[in-house]
Amino acid sequence: MSYKIGKLKLSGLEPLIVDRDSIFVNIGERTNVTGSAKFLRLIKENKYEEAIEVALDQVRGGAQVIDVNMDEGMLDSEAAMVRYLNLLASEPEISRVPVMVDSSKWHVIEAGLKCIQGKGIVNSISLKAGEKEYLEQARKIKKYGAAVVVMAFDEDGQADTYDRRISICERSYRLLVDKLDFNPNDIIFDPNIFPVATGIDEHKNYALDFFRATRWIRENLPGAHVSGGVSNVSFSFRGNNTVREAMHSVFLYYAIKEGMDMGIVNPAMLEVYENIPKDLLERVEDVLLNRRDDATERLLEYADRVKGTDKVQVKDLEWRKGTVEERLTYALVKGEIEFIDADTEEARQKYVIPLKVIEGPLMAGMNVVGDLFGVGKMFLPQVVKSARVMKKSVAYLMPFLEEEKAKNGDQRNAGKILMATVKGDVHDIGKNIVGVVLACNNYDIVDIGVMVPAAKILETAIREKVDIIGLSGLITPSLDEMVTVAKEMERAGFKIPLLIGGATTSRIHTAVKIDPNYSGAVIHVLDASKGVPVASKLLSDDASEGFVKEIKAEYTQLREDYANKREDKNYVTYKEACANKYAVDWDAAKIVTPKQLGTYSLNDFSLAEIREYIDWTPFFQTWMLKGKYPKILKDPVIGVEATKLYADANALLDKVIAEKWLTAHAAYGLYPASVVNDDTVEVYTNESRTEVTKKFHFLRQQGKKGKDVPNISLADFIAPKESGKKDYIGMFAVTAGMGIEPHLERFEKDHDDYNSIMLKAIADRLAEAFAECLHAKVRREYWGYASNETLDNEELIKESYDGIRPAPGYPACPDHTEKPDLFKLLDATKTTGIILTESMAMYPASSVSGFYFASPDAKYFGLGKVAKDQVEVYANRKNMNLSTMEKWLAPNLTYDV
Amino acid sequence: MTKADIRSELSKRILILDGAMGTMIQRYSLEEEDFRNDKLKDHDHPLKGNNDLLSFTRPDVIKAIHTEYLAAGADIIETNTFSGTTIAQADYRLEHMVYDINYYGAKVAREAVDEFMKKNPGSPQRYVAGAIGPTNRTASISPDVNDPGYRAVTFDELAKAYKDQAIGLLEGGADLLLVETIFDTLNSKAAIYAIMELFEETGKEVPLMVSATITDASGRTLSGQTTEAFLISVSHGPLLSVGLNCALGAKELRPYLQVLAKEAPFFVSAYPNAGLPNEFGQYDETPAQMAEQIKVFLEEGLVNILGGCCGSTPDHIRAMAEVAAKFAPRKLEEVEA
Repeated sequence: MSYKIGKLKLSGLEPLIVDRDSIFVNIGERTNVTGSAKFLRLIKENKYEEAIEVALDQVRGGAQVIDVNMDEGMLDSEAAMVRYLNLLASEPEISRVPVMVDSSKWHVIEAGLKCIQGKGIVNSISLKAGEKEYLEQARKIKKYGAAVVVMAFDEDGQADTYDRRISICERSYRLLVDKLDFNPNDIIFDPNIFPVATGIDEHKNYALDFFRATRWIRENLPGAHVSGGVSNVSFSFRGNNTVREAMHSVFLYYAIKEGMDMGIVNPAMLEVYENIPKDLLERVEDVLLNRRDDATERLLEYADRVKGTDKVQVKDLEWRKGTVEERLTYALVKGEIEFIDADTEEARQKYVIPLKVIEGPLMAGMNVVGDLFGVGKMFLPQVVKSARVMKKSVAYLMPFLEEEKAKNGDQRNAGKILMATVKGDVHDIGKNIVGVVLACNNYDIVDIGVMVPAAKILETAIREKVDIIGLSGLITPSLDEMVTVAKEMERAGFKIPLLIGGATTSRIHTAVKIDPNYSGAVIHVLDASKGVPVASKLLSDDASEGFVKEIKAEYTQLREDYANKREDKNYVTYKEACANKYAVDWDAAKIVTPKQLGTYSLNDFSLAEIREYIDWTPFFQTWMLKGKYPKILKDPVIGVEATKLYADANALLDKVIAEKWLTAHAAYGLYPASVVNDDTVEVYTNESRTEVTKKFHFLRQQGKKGKDVPNISLADFIAPKESGKKDYIGMFAVTAGMGIEPHLERFEKDHDDYNSIMLKAIADRLAEAFAECLHAKVRREYWGYASNETLDNEELIKESYDGIRPAPGYPACPDHTEKPDLFKLLDATKTTGIILTESMAMYPASSVSGFYFASPDAKYFGLGKVAKDQVEVYANRKNMNLSTMEKWLAPNLTYDV
Repeated sequence: MTKADIRSELSKRILILDGAMGTMIQRYSLEEEDFRNDKLKDHDHPLKGNNDLLSFTRPDVIKAIHTEYLAAGADIIETNTFSGTTIAQADYRLEHMVYDINYYGAKVAREAVDEFMKKNPGSPQRYVAGAIGPTNRTASISPDVNDPGYRAVTFDELAKAYKDQAIGLLEGGADLLLVETIFDTLNSKAAIYAIMELFEETGKEVPLMVSATITDASGRTLSGQTTEAFLISVSHGPLLSVGLNCALGAKELRPYLQVLAKEAPFFVSAYPNAGLPNEFGQYDETPAQMAEQIKVFLEEGLVNILGGCCGSTPDHIRAMAEVAAKFAPRKLEEVEA
């Protein structure tokens, strides 16, 4: 084309660029109360949810812009526009496309523009009420940031001839561009599409004039675009869709050729140009191009012949019509389990060899899942559901595979990966998720569970001839155990790669502590999404060597940086740190004596009550959905998935509570206590404070602080003995994981990783919620220092209350070895059933333990690193030898051991 | 100071924006009384943490921080007014202090620049950017799960609040306005609307910068837009620059900056965090590391304005300025409008 075409840039959540290269932009028109009786009814009856579905259908049907119009006498059009656009904004699948705000009332348009974050289109303004109003509206549109449809309409009325069309458009254009410096690319003209074949002579040239005006606009008004409502043209043939559909597509064929680049078209009312019967095509062309005098009569005559032969609407379950390969892919992507056995059987018969079904259509489907997950278009909960479909299909094929194997011997797949949670650690949600994702990608997973000693890992790796070992752990002592496994692998002459994952692991720890101990590849895998690319590179024949070299080099660099960086940090001596402690004014402090002193337990506590205290945000983190609850449910990208996941979790939780799958127990105690030697808390048998029953030891920050910033230790929040004040400390251990095993086994037997992971995640949340709930009871009743406190769950999550409940092994007191004394004092194993492993992990995993500090000064902090002078004093106080102590505190030492 | 001034500077070299204010204020370990003056001494709501107040309760602290950044090589310093709207101040029930926050916020930065220019007469012109934060409400996301159509704030309320803030900033002496940390584009569109209206009413225009925040690896804003969709949505504003700040570290920001560098008919800015927060929520990328990472932006010619967000300090800014001085700025005319 000879004329200049500008770029019209629009946006919803995603961009839409209309330029020389773009195809005709289809504007969805079903969300218009003046054009759709159904939509009008839904809005009138306040059925907005269904009304949103209308927009969704259009986007799915290919609409690139959504036109929204609420102009109806009986409606509060402004309110309806605002409500509808706000609802659209929360549906990412719809709001990815730009909105066309359509109204004849300016106030409705303005209200609409205030609801859209993207760059939409105003439909429409014109010179109908004169230049002043026209320019005022355009000036505002500039400030709102939208493109604009300008109708060929002026003070004298609508343009209905070629000459009026071009003169009004030119005047409208010049005013915008010259007077307001309006971006010409943002101007879209609607030169009026009127009905033809009406029987009135003056109407005969309507279509032809539109085509000519379109061409003139594109050649003479640089940048401007042309749009229009196409269905108008066939108005005289209402009720005869065969003719109407043909007229629409022929009209578009010519209009697009002349430069119309967008329009309001119902895609369901459009025949494919090539499929229009020759005689119909000729008659329609005669009408639109005004080629003969009897054109209208001839088209009417044809219309009479084809009446009542309209096509039937398409139905749901359309996907069942695809090939078996397409159906399997669909089922995998959508997590659709209903037809999987039947489809698998069909594929098995087609492919004859059962393994071919896995290697062929199932792997192809999982590759689609993997790709979508890789680019962030599918989310973890969906992938786990896909895996369930995959496993079900494979389970169906199993007997056939066995038969086949008996005939032909073993077959290999992408690679065999051993996965284990290391000795002393019981946490495995993350490991299981990684396992599922890898299995989805055709890796053979040998999962040997939790608390696995190094020897067993090595032995299994040899026996199973695995290609990779993956280690997981959540608590800090597991870091050390991973080092042990690496050393053992080196000693045994292993060469296969070692993957490291889990919440406390990090790239830096892997580089500094694990990598130097094993000459094979050691790679930290941040989360489930990274597992597959790492494994596939490691096992690829050509990429592996380079990849391993690259990682080794990267880790070497990290180690050097780490060594250099450490020298920069300043530390004070332990003595100096003690001199700079957090100073509580103990003379002024009002210490409340606990209402119940001594040790207590709560058995089979109400799960329904605990549920009220759940903090859901970490639950979504478990599933790799990042965001705060409840906002995450409306997240434009992951909101839909998060909402589904949340509903599933609550449904399972209902069941867990109703059918008593889990039981919750707690032990707690409140004791007279005081601080001696800066950082030791003496706990007394009774209020006479003569006999010490246990001593607890805390560590003090040693990082150099700014002026007036203290070096804190948890001991600072308990009154020192010499103050003469009678102070107290509390302790607790809770679990919500009792009874979980049989249910997990049942899910695992049913290949249902989704529910197995879900149940563990729920049990974890319940344990945390129980800790929160018990803490509230302690503050308000058992200790009673905050008997007037009233906080809702959100405030509890924000910890807007006095006092803290730090847990051994966490940042304020990272030493896990305080746990045995805590457990002994509470007699926790006996009353709650929680067991401490050799790494001081609690079993069942869904358990929490810690201390209570009631002082309003008490706050959480990170200990940071401690120097050797403090570690020596600390080990001495605890009667432990220095090297054992250093092993436990390894992640917190300023020095290398 | 005219608009042409900074434009011609920008076509010659990469300008350096300052680093984090909050991180620097933390070093002073300020207490409740530091956040109060006579006007606020009986205010019944705790004020500690409302850093914007310090511009008039402890102007010495704020000026010292500005001066440190100027000395480190920042060409543009941002006013201490991130939460200076009636909407954000409602949390502290200080809606009535918004004019003071912005006026004094701009004034103390103005004084720091003027004093610096006096002491360093040969130095290139330094500028005060009036910082306009996102507020703590979203215009296109519902906070109520059960009612996705609900909005906690309207476009009109936002536009009013932004306009009030802009008036205070300009009267206090800001050279530029910077709408930053945009997580919901509709909020920023309300800001642009208000600022355009103010320019029309006063007949006085200053250069306007906007900067969005990509919240995670999906590459989208919190309200769900891709970088390019965001750019298109704000391009109607009379912009000096468009850019990205906060949330991600320099390394993660690169692909999205490439989009802006390719598509934006404005200057491009970037001021990332000092890496990603560690397990304690602290940022521990060192100045050297950060400078090394932004070098990629420079080698690819992606930016015109460079600075630091959360966790960055004068040392970070100094390191960046040293690296940036060795590279040419992104060429504006290469972008097809």
